[in-house]
Amino acid sequence: MDLHQLLSGIDVRADWIGLRYVKENTGFRLVRDGKPEANTRESKQGVMVEVLVNGQFAYYGTSRLDKPGIQAAAERAVKLATAASKYSLHSFGTDARPVAKGSYSSPFQTAADAFSPGELSDLLIKATAELKVSDKVVTTNAMARTVETESHFVASNGSDVEQKYLMVSADYSAIAHEGSVTQKRTDGGLLAKSYQAGMEVFNEADVLARCRNIGAEAVELLTAEECPTGTMDLILAPDQMMLQIHESVGHALEIDRILGDERNYAGWSFVRLEDFGKLQYGSPLMNITFDPYVENQFASYAYDDGGLKAEKEFLIKDGLLIRGLGGMESQLRSGINGVANFRASSWNRAPIDRMANLNLEPGNSTQDEMIAAVERGVYMTSNRSWSIDDYRNKFQFGCEYGKLIENGKLTKTVKNPNYRAISNPFWRSLKMLGNRDTFEVYGTPFCGKGEPNQIIRVGHASPLCLFDSVEIFGGA
Amino acid sequence: MEKLFKQINQTIMAELRDGECLGLGFGGEQSAFTRINAAKVRQIGNVDEADLGFNLILNGRRATGSISLSGDLDEDLSRARGELQRLRTEVVQLPEDPYLVLPESKETSRSEKHGNLPDAEAIPGILLPAMGNVDLTGIWASGRVYQGSANSSGGYHWFASDSFSLDYSLITPSEKMVKATYAGTEWDQAAYEAFLADSITKLELMSLPPKKIEPGDYRTFIAAAGVSDILSMFSWGGVSEAAIRQSESCLGKMRNEKVKLSSLFSFSEDYSSGFAPRFNGNGEVAPEKTTLIDGGELTNTLVSTRTAKEYGVESNFASEGESMRAPSMAAGSLKESEILASLGTGVYLSNLHYLNWSDMIGGRITGMTRYACFWVEDGKIVAPIENMRFDDSIYSFLGENLEAVTEKLQINPDVGTYDGRELSAVVCPGMLLKSFSLTL
Repeated sequence: MDLHQLLSGIDVRADWIGLRYVKENTGFRLVRDGKPEANTRESKQGVMVEVLVNGQFAYYGTSRLDKPGIQAAAERAVKLATAASKYSLHSFGTDARPVAKGSYSSPFQTAADAFSPGELSDLLIKATAELKVSDKVVTTNAMARTVETESHFVASNGSDVEQKYLMVSADYSAIAHEGSVTQKRTDGGLLAKSYQAGMEVFNEADVLARCRNIGAEAVELLTAEECPTGTMDLILAPDQMMLQIHESVGHALEIDRILGDERNYAGWSFVRLEDFGKLQYGSPLMNITFDPYVENQFASYAYDDGGLKAEKEFLIKDGLLIRGLGGMESQLRSGINGVANFRASSWNRAPIDRMANLNLEPGNSTQDEMIAAVERGVYMTSNRSWSIDDYRNKFQFGCEYGKLIENGKLTKTVKNPNYRAISNPFWRSLKMLGNRDTFEVYGTPFCGKGEPNQIIRVGHASPLCLFDSVEIFGGA
Repeated sequence: MEKLFKQINQTIMAELRDGECLGLGFGGEQSAFTRINAAKVRQIGNVDEADLGFNLILNGRRATGSISLSGDLDEDLSRARGELQRLRTEVVQLPEDPYLVLPESKETSRSEKHGNLPDAEAIPGILLPAMGNVDLTGIWASGRVYQGSANSSGGYHWFASDSFSLDYSLITPSEKMVKATYAGTEWDQAAYEAFLADSITKLELMSLPPKKIEPGDYRTFIAAAGVSDILSMFSWGGVSEAAIRQSESCLGKMRNEKVKLSSLFSFSEDYSSGFAPRFNGNGEVAPEKTTLIDGGELTNTLVSTRTAKEYGVESNFASEGESMRAPSMAAGSLKESEILASLGTGVYLSNLHYLNWSDMIGGRITGMTRYACFWVEDGKIVAPIENMRFDDSIYSFLGENLEAVTEKLQINPDVGTYDGRELSAVVCPGMLLKSFSLTL
């Protein structure tokens, strides 16, 4: 398909026209207890036709990819934009879609087709066998997800961007049960190991070793004490910090939320436009970056879906809020500096402000120093429960696995660890930050937002973090 | 669209080889969306899409897939043949699946529901003027949704439905909100304007100074929209037979320890409302009603034929994921006019937000209050409350703390659009609780 030819063949009157073609193949394999549960591939393709007329954008997403189909879509989009322009929330100019020319290919060592379906199934079957470390493990799951995406964006202002991605996610889990106690352990939280990478992720020795540990920890949790209740120090592992950054920083800083677009769905934000440059969001240890170029991180790219070039930017510097998560439309509406994060989940959705790679930069403390600094507290790892209010203030998160910290040492394992707090006071209580050795990179394919709804992939990286005086509690 | 599905079905089924069994699933929509912020158009657009799903079985092995359809028969037949060939190459490499379900259903059905929907270009002009100066944010979605199923045994189902929904929040200058959804199949301008005007009237209650309440246990009324959110949690680690068997269900205690909920709580999968088709991805037709919890006792679960085969139980033709497609909770006897008096002093929650299991096996749910939630004293609304986090167990608030259930049932349409426009709705009443735990 020649997108340039389709664009040049469109005959409508518009101030700007863009075509964004997306083709995405998502493979998913799941083995439970040594038996195949799913071997599937979803293949989607289509074109998002977008026009600007009288200051109003309108779109028409179509899976009909020939010239008459694109022309019809453009004509309908022009009619929609014309009708809606009498009621526009904001009158945009062509500066909302900067000229972009470039390309991006995600890094990988081993191509997706290097593993046959049979070979990958065999590995997953072996993984479930390794997870079953004892008869107390009653359910084992091993899953592999591969996504191959091609996107091509061309526009009447000369934009021409091609981006290709190979993304791999995997997860291995064990459920252990004895008496009335049931506990589950995964590989760092459901599909938290999501990367722009190739099939090298499925190194057999590494996968099987991880599975043995996951199974053993699930069994260990059966006899663990309940997580204590009280206000005490909290050390969060990077795989839980992923969720913490996502929910209590990322969504709160999305400029379209601050502008109210999401008030009927995902919610608003406690952050206001006037807070940028003034709000002490967290302790001086807190440095949050939007970084689209971390090697292998899940949401790396060169240009967003509006054509803005992606650059690394500090959003929070030494705890001070300085920049928002907003693409060109939000930057023009708000006057706030943003980033290249105007993204759509696929060809059938219009772009909105999304997180991409949003990371907490490492500090200077070693893991041993951080544990030694705690008189009484809990270390928690691997998210299993998450909920936060519509302003991104009051959150409650739960983890799979905890360790009591007493007098500067990790002691007993505890089950059902949970904590709850309010975003700003929580981040201001960040009192030690792990160094580069504790820094780990994660991602998730499942960030939901927008009307109509969109699921998009994001990446988060963090060091180990120590928070002061947090409300901690156990299970039912 | 049905013509396209039929033509592809006939052609592809005729090209199957000996021993191959195939199921095809069709899903599509022609949708108009208008996103509104501050009673103005934020984004507007249309989406036309259709997908064809494949379920190929050969020699005890199974491979599945799906492709986008373009609407052009020649192009789509080419794509379908390509996908079938890919599946043939893959399926022989896969391990045997002892629980696979052959697409053997020979049942057929056809349902087409035509509505009266406004043209996409007309939507801003018919929606926005009635909003006046009120701060309204929300989403309009309208158009036709299609689902189809066919298999190599001759089974065939087709379901198409026109619908519209305007799901919105009204917001006061002090940021208090009221939520509503105006949905249907026949557009009626006067009815829409009356519905919107009623919402605006409710918003006036929110202008009272808010009351901050402390964490603690409170007498609580949860209106139907909030109950709908709680019931939806049963699709995730709840009523699935496989989830119970695999120790991933909040209802494990009911099955294994014979724990009961309140006798006031009865819950079913009930297709009688007609919102969702009864056929699943295998073309199997579920019973019109399956009672899941009857008077507080777990009587049935949702059982797919795959689960039935694995555990030696009877299928009730649930979907493969065993999630609810037509959830319905039974009404009680509490009259609408007596809700506030029966509550006495406590909190009235219109909506909940962002629910999650804080302890799935223990049955504990956390989430937030949202929108029109009030402090009530001696049966009178005193003030809206600031949003609170709750964290409580279904074995408590649907158990001994469930005091009454309203006699009026409300239809709560699912306006979700993640995997395309949803077709289902939750039918449920409101609930009065003796105690509900607010924690932050």
